[in-house]
Formats: sequence, C-alpha cells, structure tokens
Amino acid sequence: MLGERGEDAKILSGGQSLIPLLKLRFASPAVVVDINRIAGLDTLAEEDGGLRIGALVRTKTCELSELLRDRYPILSQAAAQISDPIIRNLGTVCGSVAHADPQGDWGSALMAAGAEAVARGPGGERTLPLSDFFQGPFTTTLEPTEVVTEIRVPGPGERSGGAYLKLERRVGDFATAAVGVQVSFEAGKIARAGIGLTGVGATNLRATEAEQALVGAELDEEAIQGAAELAAQAADPQSDTRGSAEYKRHVVRVFTERALRASAGKANG
Amino acid sequence: MAVDEQREHKWLGKSVKRKEDERFVRGRGNYLDDIKLPRMLHMSILRSPYAHARILSIDTSRAEALEGVVAVVTGELLAQHNLAWMPTLSGDTQAVLATDKVRMQGQEVACVVAESPYIAHDALELIEVDYEPLQAVTSPQQALEAGAPLIRDDKEGQEDNRVYHWESGDLEATDRAFAEADRVVSLETFYPRCHPAPLECCGCIADVDPATSRATIYMTSQAPHVIRTVFALVAGLPEHNIRIVSPDIGGGFGNKVPVYPGYVVATAASLLIGRPVKWIEDRTGNLISTGFARDFHMKGDLALTSEGKMLGLRVKMLSDQGYAYADAQPSKFKAGLFHLVTGSYDLPAAHIVTDGAYTNKAPGGVAYRCSFRITEASFLIERLVQSAAYEIGMDPVEFRRLNFIKADQFPYESATGFVYDSGDYERALDLALEQIGYAELREEQKRAREEGRLIGIGVASFTEAVGAGPSKDYDILGIKMFDSAELRLHPTGKAILKLGVKSQGQGHETTFAQIVSEELGIPPEDVHVVEGDTDNTPYGLGTYASRSTPTAGGATALIARTLREKAKRIAAHLLEASEEDLDWDGERFAVKGAPDRAKTIQEVIFAAYTDLPEGMDAGLEGVKYYDPPNLTFPFGTYAVVVEIDRGTGQWKPIRVVAVDDCGVRINPMIVEGQIMGGLTEGYAMAAMELITFDEDGNCIGSNFMDYLIPTAWETPHFELHETVTPSPHHPIGAKGVGESATVGSPAAFVNAVVDALAHVGVRNLEMPVTSDKVWEALNEAGLAQ
Repeated sequence: MLGERGEDAKILSGGQSLIPLLKLRFASPAVVVDINRIAGLDTLAEEDGGLRIGALVRTKTCELSELLRDRYPILSQAAAQISDPIIRNLGTVCGSVAHADPQGDWGSALMAAGAEAVARGPGGERTLPLSDFFQGPFTTTLEPTEVVTEIRVPGPGERSGGAYLKLERRVGDFATAAVGVQVSFEAGKIARAGIGLTGVGATNLRATEAEQALVGAELDEEAIQGAAELAAQAADPQSDTRGSAEYKRHVVRVFTERALRASAGKANG
Repeated sequence: MAVDEQREHKWLGKSVKRKEDERFVRGRGNYLDDIKLPRMLHMSILRSPYAHARILSIDTSRAEALEGVVAVVTGELLAQHNLAWMPTLSGDTQAVLATDKVRMQGQEVACVVAESPYIAHDALELIEVDYEPLQAVTSPQQALEAGAPLIRDDKEGQEDNRVYHWESGDLEATDRAFAEADRVVSLETFYPRCHPAPLECCGCIADVDPATSRATIYMTSQAPHVIRTVFALVAGLPEHNIRIVSPDIGGGFGNKVPVYPGYVVATAASLLIGRPVKWIEDRTGNLISTGFARDFHMKGDLALTSEGKMLGLRVKMLSDQGYAYADAQPSKFKAGLFHLVTGSYDLPAAHIVTDGAYTNKAPGGVAYRCSFRITEASFLIERLVQSAAYEIGMDPVEFRRLNFIKADQFPYESATGFVYDSGDYERALDLALEQIGYAELREEQKRAREEGRLIGIGVASFTEAVGAGPSKDYDILGIKMFDSAELRLHPTGKAILKLGVKSQGQGHETTFAQIVSEELGIPPEDVHVVEGDTDNTPYGLGTYASRSTPTAGGATALIARTLREKAKRIAAHLLEASEEDLDWDGERFAVKGAPDRAKTIQEVIFAAYTDLPEGMDAGLEGVKYYDPPNLTFPFGTYAVVVEIDRGTGQWKPIRVVAVDDCGVRINPMIVEGQIMGGLTEGYAMAAMELITFDEDGNCIGSNFMDYLIPTAWETPHFELHETVTPSPHHPIGAKGVGESATVGSPAAFVNAVVDALAHVGVRNLEMPVTSDKVWEALNEAGLAQ
C-alpha cells in the first residue's frame, strides 16, 4: 500500500502525531492504513537478554510496566513524562520514533539505552541502530515503503543505572530540554554509557563524546561534571519561547549531572 | 434594606449540592453545539494571515463553485447593508468583515456558508485574497511614536494611534505628598496579555424565519438582553422580533460578553438565505481574535514617611488596546476601574494617568475575571507594596498592616473616589498568617538560605470592587446596570425564578434558589431557576464582573420579601387574625402566642389561587429591578510559599493559603469552587499564560500547545479560609466573589518568587515567571547551580 500510494498513504497506530497533522490540514492522505488490529505487534517483553517493544505498545503500557521499572528505569521514567495521560493511553513507542520529532522523548531515551529499530518493507526486514536513525526533523533512514515493527533494547547488564529528566513548562508540553542517561558497570567501572538529549537540536541527539569520556572511568564527581560539560557542548539548542539557547544548554548540564549522580549508587549495589 | 439579622439563616450558608450538576455529570447539558435545527447551514470564517495589510482584492468565485457552498459573505457585501462595521461596548467601532485593511492577524475577512461544516472549511482554502502587507504595530510604545503607521485610518479625525488619555485623583494633593515624602519607592511592571480561554469556544445559531420575521439567535452570551438591544440598534431589526437564547455555557470569564463578527455575519447570512446558520468557533479563532485580557504597562511611585507611612501614590499606565477600543466595561471611566489601584491602603492622595493605544492585535481587554481592570490595579499595588517594604527594611506584612484602611474607617472614601462599603483587612491578614505559620516560615527561610536552598513567602492583601452597579456610574451604551428577578409562586407551593443574569458555570440554579428558600421557606429543590432567554426572562445586564449576587441576588431577595408581604395578608385572612399579630418563622406564619394557629407558606400560596381576602388580586408573583446603591468590596489575604530549584530556575508553590471575605456566603461550596478556580487562574497567569506577538504581529499563543494553561498536575493544593464582614447595603449582606482570587492571587505568587531572591536585591520578575527568567535572575545574583 505504501509503495503504491506513496505520500498519499499514512500508517495509523496511536494517531497522536498523525491526527493533529490531519486536523491542522498539514497532511491530507487519501489512505490511512490502520495497523491497530494486526495481531502480535503488542509485545513488551524480554527475550534473549534484550527488550522487545512491538509497534502497538502504548506509552501507558511502558509507564505501568514493572519490567521497565525494575530493569530499564530510563524508559519507565521517560514514559511517565511524555505528554499527558490521554496521549500516553494511545500513543505508541514505535510511532513516536518513526515520527522523529526532535522534541520527542522516546528517541533520546531509547538512543541512550542503545536501542535499534526493526524495519520491515517489501525487501524484507532490517535493523537500524537509533544512533544514526534520525536524519533531521521528522526525517529518518526509514524507506518510504518501510514500517517500524519493533524496537529492540539491549539488556542493561547486572549493575546498571539510568534516568530520564525532563524540563517542561507544563504537563503535556514538549521538553524545554531533557536528558536520558543509561550506564552499565563492570567491576565498579563504567562499561557502557548512553546519553540522549531532547529538544536541543534538529533531531534527538546523542552526546557521544560525553559517553566516551565515561567509559572505563569510575562514576565519581569529577567524571560526572566532565561528562555533563561535554553533554552541554553536544547540545545545539535554539532560543525560543521556552528559553534561551544558553539556558537550555545549562539545563542539559544540570540534568546530565543529576541523572549520573542518581546512577552512581548502582555501581556496586 | 438592611441585612436581615433578626433570624438565624436557614438556607444561606448551606452547601446545597448544585442542582445543575445532575445534567452536567450525566452529559445531558445543552450547549450551543448540541443544538441542531432543521435545514441548518454551517458557517466558517476566513481569517487574515497578516497583522496589518491592505486588501487589494478578494476572489470568491472558486469557493462559490464548490458543491455544497451556499454563499460566501465578504465585507463588501455587508457594506451594502451597512453592516461592515459594528459598535464596540466602549463606543468605538470594530470591523465585522474587513473591507479596506486587515488590522490584526486572525481578523475576519470572509465567511463561507455551506451545507456541512466540512464543506464550509474546505471552501475557505479556495478564497483568494490579495494583500499588500503594511508595517505592523506591535506595542503601545511603538504605536505612540511619531511617524508610527496609522492603524485606524478609517476613523475621521483619528490622526494617531492614541485611544484615550484619562486621569483620575487629585494631582495637586499628590504632588504635595511627594514633596513632603522622606522616601519614594517605584516599581515598573508589565501585566502581559493573556486570554480567558473558556473550554467552550464562542458560537451561535442564527435562525431568521422568513415566515414570521422573527430572529431567534442561540448564542454563547453572558449578557443576552444587552446583545438583543445591540442587535436591534445595529442591524435595525425590531427588538420584539429578536430572541436571544443563551443555552448552557462552558465557561465565559468575560470572553463571552462582547458581540463578535461571527454572530453578526451568521445573523445576516440567515436573514439573506432564509435558513438557520450555525457558526462554531475553533480554538485558534477563539485565542487570536476574541476578548483577550490585560496588556497593561504600569509604573507606580509610592511616597513614604521615614516610618513607612504611605503619603501618596502616583501611577502611570499605558494600555495595549489592540485595533479597536472594545473593552466590555460599563463604567464612564476610560480605564475601567483601574483607579481602585490604592487597594487596601489608607492613601491620602493618589493620581493616576492612563493612556490607551491602538496596535495591530485583537481588541477586547477586560475579559478573564478581572472586574474591569482591578486585576491589573491590584497586581501593581501589591507588587509595589512588597518592593517598598524591602526598600525601607520592613517586613512586607508589617508594612501592609501599618498602612491598611482600619476596620473603624468604613465606609471609607478612597483618594480616587470609591466608597468602600465594609472591611476588616487586618483580621483577614492575621488569619492567613496564622494558618500559614508566617513567623516560623521566616525562620525556616533563614535556615534554608544557610543550607543553600531558596524559599520565598509572598503575600497579597487585595480589595475588590464588584457588583456594577449603581446606575449613576455604570451603564452599557446608556443602559443602566441594574439587574432583575421575576418570581412566580405556583398553587402547589413551587416557584419559578427568572433572572436577567446568565450562569456560565457559577451555579446560579442553586445559589439563587437558596435565596428564595431563605426568604420564603420553600426548599431549593422546589425553586426552578430560568436564565438566558430574552423572551422568557426580565431584562438584565448579564453575568460578569462578579455582579450577579450583588445585583440579581439583591433583586431576588427583595421580590421574595414583597411576595412574603402579600402572603402575610393572605395568611391573616386564613387565620382570621390581623397582620400585626402574625410572626414569620422562616416557613410559617403563626399567630403570636398561639404557635399552633399557623399556616405554612405552601398553604398560603395555595390560598392565593383559591381563598383570597375580599378585593385582593389572585396570584403571587412579581418582578423586581434592583439598582444597588453602591458596589460591594470583597477582600482578603493570600499567602504563598514557594521553593526555587537553583539548577533549573523552576519554582513550585509548596503552600497556598487563601482567606476570602465576601460577606455572607450563600452556598459555601460554590463560593469555594469559585475561589479555587480563581486561584488556579491566578497561578496560571503568574506561571505560564501568555499571548505574545513577533515583530510582524504574528500571534504566538494561538493554540493550547503554545498557550499554556495549567493541568491538575501543576495546580497547587489550596487551603481556604474565611472571615465574614457583611455588606451593609446588600439585602442579604453578600458581596460578589467570582473574581476575587484571580484579582488577588497573581501578585501573591510573584511576590513569593521575588521574596526568595529579595536578599540578593531582586525586586521584580515579569509574568509569566518562567523558569528561564528565574534562572537568569539566579545567574545574575551568582546563585545559579
């Protein structure tokens, strides 16, 4: 269908991005392909040591999931801070990622967690790491004929910590700035670090240099401040009604510090 | 007319459950969009994308050709019927549909009338308008500069963008006070533009029946009777052939007082086409084109003695009126009741200079629970008082106490001419301080600062003036601001009460029934309250500015008393006693000294139709038009505690204590609901609500993603308390309360945030106090983390 109709066909899952576009007359596709009744797309479970999030998994399901609360706190926290309860009831994780709004929370939280998207199209299935999935505002490496069927998140390991901190002017608002942090420890040192930034660039951003600076280090105050500074430098915010670029960059630094500090206790615990 | 204090209240002061909620909670309310008439057409409005542009041409041919489109209405067509412009409630003019220029973004340019709302909407995209953009004027300062583009070039004799210049108070006395002052403290602040944003937007169904010549117009109006008269005057329709019906209304807050172009075009279209025409405004239309609020640039100077006693107040205010002076305010004063700016303080002298300017923005100005500009006045004086206290090194609360109008000074005549009816400001302040634990909080604030935490305590002691009004000062287009009540008692003892006011959620069907119950002993469930239909209710000026209880509430009590007098004569006849020998116990007339010889009110009412004394007319009903002798002056103290996050600049209210005195409370639950709603809105204005414009005049804040209103998540918990100081002139001692909290609370919230930073010299943060502004202040003070 997507191949035949091109831009004239749109996928409907939760509808929390598509319906506003239709309402505002920014999009007027002739065909809406409702995938809500396709069986088997609502998996939210661990398999082979990793997490599978199917295309129809709602944000609310993630918010309430004990599995996410215990094993993937960054995702659990992100879910609870996305928009408002009504939108969380309907909006899907995969839909948010495929929509690729630079203000979207799922992209940066999942990127920090090292996730990848499973895309399926006429040519079969392929796996796209989220770290280079976002090409620009509302633009991804997805082919026009491909659909995101699943998100896969690697297991966090035995000792790990994570947090998603978001500054919003009001519940339901997009982030002024938000930071997702995921760290895994081995022998008291950081084995893997992921830092994703929301609302401070043309896409969800990954603070790669900050991540690299952390790997192999102990998560002490010096490492925390150094990484926070690098994360702030990775941000590329614009001044707008939510605040100045300088302010948003500062919030990225403060939130990276706070998220890392919250994770530090997990190193040996 | 004094307060009836002889008897204990039986129905006043009772939290009777709201009679209207039965239908609202069941989803059986009847709002405008629920109404569907046979053969009804739908109208959609094309709005200007430019803030200021000349219209070169409008081509409607493609839209007219779309199947299902019945008509496309332009300003040119309206001009042929002399309807392209209409009067505003402040005596200015406003375009119905633009003919020469557009003067704001979102201005109504053309309307499509079609068989369905979807077709009407689709057709808008087919109308081609050729605009020549002009420089936009986006601030009143810019508007008044020499050489600024002239916005109202349509008005003869209008050579600049000034709307008004108005002064109030005694200039000489004020100059003298400042000459004698030991100290002068000033504060400049801006009360930004915000919007009432009722949940239900505006709309109407105009049904001009060619067979009967009657125009029935269902309309989201807070003031249906006035609207009918305006339609008669503007459209030239005979008034007896116009029927305005306001069905259930989903919030008004002043936004639904004015006449909007949509109403006029829908009516004209129905008249021309001969079918009912429905117009339902969308959210963006509501936010960008209808009655906004505030937009006052203010400066206050306070003259003080070295001991901190206030000698005089000087205020300058510059108002951004938008492209038309359309304040829906009924006073003869140009800036509404802004000259109540002396607030709760015994100020011997005051002088106020106000200027209004046209800009390329939506007109409106007084909406949003503002008591005709007292919101701005109260904000300025309560912010200024706090600044002054810091400057002279006094605690802001003690500074207020020192300068309050004292309880024994009432009735008190203010320096700008108001006569405050009653008050006891210190009692309300003391209760608020006691409840919040003020002294302990100041200690805690000190300790917190030592630990590196920032806590702020903000207080505002407001005075309101509501219930317009005494007709000598208040009218709308000449119509005096009385209000009315018609009471009919039916044979079986049940009542119908018809009012000239119109609830938009204030609980009139319960509150006014309780007044009848109190006066006549008929329980509230036996009193049916009717409002909002001009064919079936007595003339009234509507519900806004906290006026319904002060005016229609007075009318209701008085007509009930009149009927009780007649009932007493009937009871005397039934009991074969003289009237003087009867006692009224709230439910029955009984013979003095023989309480068994009595008639219930229901028995007496039945007799009014079945067993009358010789020569008495049958029936028990009457109408009262009540012109109050004065406004009522509710007051109170709000106290707020906040904590600031030094990392992000976010601030959070930790406690909000509100002490309100609105005289006698009729239904305390409804009063508390009004106060909680108002406090939420006060917090909203302090924290987030803002309509702003870019330099081209594009409105930022045109939907609920950009125009932020708080959700249950942000809304603080409110602790409500009361004192009761009855109004001496109101028949049941009540004062208005609908707007007290919106008027009084924004300053309390801002004062609290500023208080957290006062020790490092911060004196002002502009609303909305967003986290980035606080962070900048923290940064400047070296307190940011």
